[in-house]
Amino acid sequence: MCRIVSLSVFAAALLGGTALAQAQTTVTIATVNNADMIIMQRLSDRFEEAHPDIDLEWVVLEENVLRQRITTDIATLGGQFDVMTIGTYEVPIWAAQGWLVPLEDLPSEYDVDDVLKPVRDGLSHDGTLYALPFYAESSMLYYRTDLFQEAGIDMPDQPTWDQVREWAAAIHDPDNGVYGICLRGKPGWGENMAFLSTLVNTFGGQWFDMEWRPRLDDQAWHDAVTFYVDLMRNYGPPGATTNGFNENLALFSTGRCGMWVDATVAAGMLYNPEQSTVADRLGFAQAPVASHPKGSNWLWSWALAVPTSSDAADAAKEFVTWATSKEYIELVAEEEGWVSVPPGTRRSTYDNPSYTEAAPFAEAVLRAIETADPIETTANPKPYSGVQYAGIPEFQAIGTQVGQMMAAALSGQMTVDQALQSAQTSTERTMQQAGYLK
Amino acid sequence: MRHAKSDRIALSVLGWTVALVMFFPIFWMVLTGFKTEAEAVATPPSLIFTPTLDNYADVQNRADYLKFAFNSVFVSLGSTLLALAFAIPASYAMAFFPTWRTKNTLVWMLSTKMLPPVGVLVPIYLLFRDTGLLDTRIGLTLVYGLINLPIVVWMLYTFFKEVPRDILEAARVDGARPADEIRHLLVPLSLPGIASTALLAIILSWNEAFWSLNLTASKAAPLTAFIASFSSPQGLFWAKLSAASTLAVAPILIFGWMSQRQLVRGLTFGAVK
Amino acid sequence: MTISIPIQPGRQVIRRGSRRRVRTLPLVAPSVLVLLLWMIVPLAMTLWFSFQYYNLLNPMLSGFAGLENYRFLLTDPALWTAMANTLILVGSVLAITIVAGVLLAVLYDQPFAGRGIARLLVIAPFFVMPTVSALIWKNMLMHPVNGIFAWITRSLGLGVVDWFADVPLLSIILIVAWQWIPFALLILLTAMQSLDNEQKEAARIDGAGPVAMFFHIILPHLGRAIAVVAMIETIFLLSIFAEIFVTTSGGPGLATTNLAYLIYSRALLQFDVGGGSAGGVIAIVLANIVAIFLVRTIARSLDR
Repeated sequence: MCRIVSLSVFAAALLGGTALAQAQTTVTIATVNNADMIIMQRLSDRFEEAHPDIDLEWVVLEENVLRQRITTDIATLGGQFDVMTIGTYEVPIWAAQGWLVPLEDLPSEYDVDDVLKPVRDGLSHDGTLYALPFYAESSMLYYRTDLFQEAGIDMPDQPTWDQVREWAAAIHDPDNGVYGICLRGKPGWGENMAFLSTLVNTFGGQWFDMEWRPRLDDQAWHDAVTFYVDLMRNYGPPGATTNGFNENLALFSTGRCGMWVDATVAAGMLYNPEQSTVADRLGFAQAPVASHPKGSNWLWSWALAVPTSSDAADAAKEFVTWATSKEYIELVAEEEGWVSVPPGTRRSTYDNPSYTEAAPFAEAVLRAIETADPIETTANPKPYSGVQYAGIPEFQAIGTQVGQMMAAALSGQMTVDQALQSAQTSTERTMQQAGYLK
Repeated sequence: MRHAKSDRIALSVLGWTVALVMFFPIFWMVLTGFKTEAEAVATPPSLIFTPTLDNYADVQNRADYLKFAFNSVFVSLGSTLLALAFAIPASYAMAFFPTWRTKNTLVWMLSTKMLPPVGVLVPIYLLFRDTGLLDTRIGLTLVYGLINLPIVVWMLYTFFKEVPRDILEAARVDGARPADEIRHLLVPLSLPGIASTALLAIILSWNEAFWSLNLTASKAAPLTAFIASFSSPQGLFWAKLSAASTLAVAPILIFGWMSQRQLVRGLTFGAVK
Repeated sequence: MTISIPIQPGRQVIRRGSRRRVRTLPLVAPSVLVLLLWMIVPLAMTLWFSFQYYNLLNPMLSGFAGLENYRFLLTDPALWTAMANTLILVGSVLAITIVAGVLLAVLYDQPFAGRGIARLLVIAPFFVMPTVSALIWKNMLMHPVNGIFAWITRSLGLGVVDWFADVPLLSIILIVAWQWIPFALLILLTAMQSLDNEQKEAARIDGAGPVAMFFHIILPHLGRAIAVVAMIETIFLLSIFAEIFVTTSGGPGLATTNLAYLIYSRALLQFDVGGGSAGGVIAIVLANIVAIFLVRTIARSLDR
């Protein structure tokens, strides 16, 4: 009896499956569940209205799950997605594999030259654009103007890390639930290692030297990580090892942090009084520096790309162009207000007085993005591109492992030296296995 | 034997304390789903607040709950029926006509459960791609049916062993074929056992989060994928996460509660006694 | 990879009570065949990949690797930590859930006011998706700033426990145990109810106190049910993954990396399919070693 039931269930399902095959082109979009993308999903019915022959399907996932999901799919040419949301790290690597459709001959009204150059370069491989930026970010320092006023501190435009430590000590008030500084501690190459790489850069260190030897045993790494661990243990919030961007955003916007160094994209959310209790007490400055003036602010862009395994590449391109266009930015401004438009991608956004008025941070963000240089970043020459990562396929593995070690150092399970030692060893092993080191 | 009254009260207090402690996280989740985001993170925790349905509206705006829920229902029920269809005859044979191979077969079946899913994702993904099963409910149903089959066989095996042989043997003497025997005697006799096995299989399929995330995209995605789009997004998310979680958990929780009597009554039910 | 345990055939010789022999092969074969396919095909592919250089992100690097993936994994100190964590995790959760399960089964077998509802509340955690329960515990209970636990300890003037940094493995064990206690309770309660009231009554008339009752009547009666609980739980606990993924990502350091998470990190965070497959093969071997011990014990208790 059971067998009959299950057979009929299957038959029904098969019928259901075939009924879906229609003349319409279905574009399946895989994206991250970040605030800007959720707005995109909500506004996408405008696109469908304008393109009645295209049907959009959304797969919205948390960043880690998404990355794993789409990498599996694209590397096995599974063809499940027609639009993928990926970053500046993936685009050149995937393009080199021939996995992405080149985005040439864009319509003239798209005005590709309007896209900021560092962002465009980050999404290109051999001079060809392979993904269009949805939003782009650098990193900067956020602080609470009320706390700083109370403590009588003036924030310069470009603070140093030593100053930051001093100020963190001055405003740290855990009894009232305010912690001096919040920084990323959650392990991951895109989480704590993004921040730590910029810290190491400005302390004069780097991931690899010109012979691809890992340099995590340099003094600069030791100094930077020791500084980070001391700072966080003394003036950071409890639970820092599980705090990534989102957790810190939640902490800062509920008034728990005095300072926070993180992605510029947070500015739009922190300034939005509906999402943040500190909207009227928010200050910002360029990311702090130490001995080396460059590499202290990263460069990242979430971009939309079309995989070659897609069976609806033309419709997908159509969507990608729409979602990264000037027209889309204006649509968001109309629906959500200028402060919520996807930042960091277009010169025209920053030339627009409505935006600069609504977003007082606009100029600082633009400067941070324009000064972030993925090539000339570190004190000594380096063979890889990328500020907060090394643009080689192996870096995900390395960043993941080193990230764990740094979290262990932060939680006190290892000393800084032990953590760096085992990070160095595991990086050497990975580089050896990948054939960089003989 | 009478319980002293004080014993009774002590028992009630103890039973209820344990129950409330165990249930507290779920209670808190449901409660938080009706708060605003600011109330959700307030310290001290706010117990008195004006409930709001905004979170549920937000969640529904972002993802069509019913679509995900339908996939979950379809896949859990389908895979359970599939597993039962294969397992009932197999368990029947192994419980009533054991051979020297039986124990080995049983142990071997369980050992297939121990293949770590992460280790075989890429092979399975390639197989699914080539057979066109990616992002189909059928594909997911097959996977769950297979994952749960060993557990289902084992549980049915232990339940069937409790059924008195004499009844079945009498039927056999009367000339009943195995199929009749299963249909008219074994299934009715061990219905509570089958029901609790099915319940377990349904719960396991409903809650499975690895294959469902990796083998589906949009069409066949069940509620576990629904949750994955609400975990740690940007900004304050506790209340929305709670609302989404409540939505994802509610159907299976209610189903589990309704059928737990069946489960607990277990083997003492029916003609066996 | 099958386990073959020498089992003496003596005890399960077919009872020749029936006149007609039933052909069992057609009944068992379908299950065996589909499982065989389900297991052999991916397993063969996993074995094959484990001897290959295969990185999803770097197709340039390919070809026969020989034992390189195994060498790389076996010389990785993380592997041994992960194995130890796996065993600690499985062992502690088993111990907690079985002890708690037996005690709660006895408790909820007694009549008291509102027992039905209390029982419903206790078993509820088992129905909650692992991802959801991990999210609740992480964000709403154990969170050191906004969590309930932090609020309670702070109100009592005890300071704050930073659960996932100070006692990461214990936190995971607590969450997992919370999910599996109801399962143990359900199965054991079912078994309790088949305990003869007459038997209990007789023992009581003989003057057995509650403690003696528990050890001489109840516990032996629950033997088989406990074995079933232990077996099923072990299978699931060996591959605990969602709870770790959501809360600690295996850290800090390697503190909560179990074998399943290590393989995940290799295969899907680092996209090293070759290495991940080698890890998978090692995990299967380990799981089977555990299974042999476990199943032997249980097979014995099932024979009774």
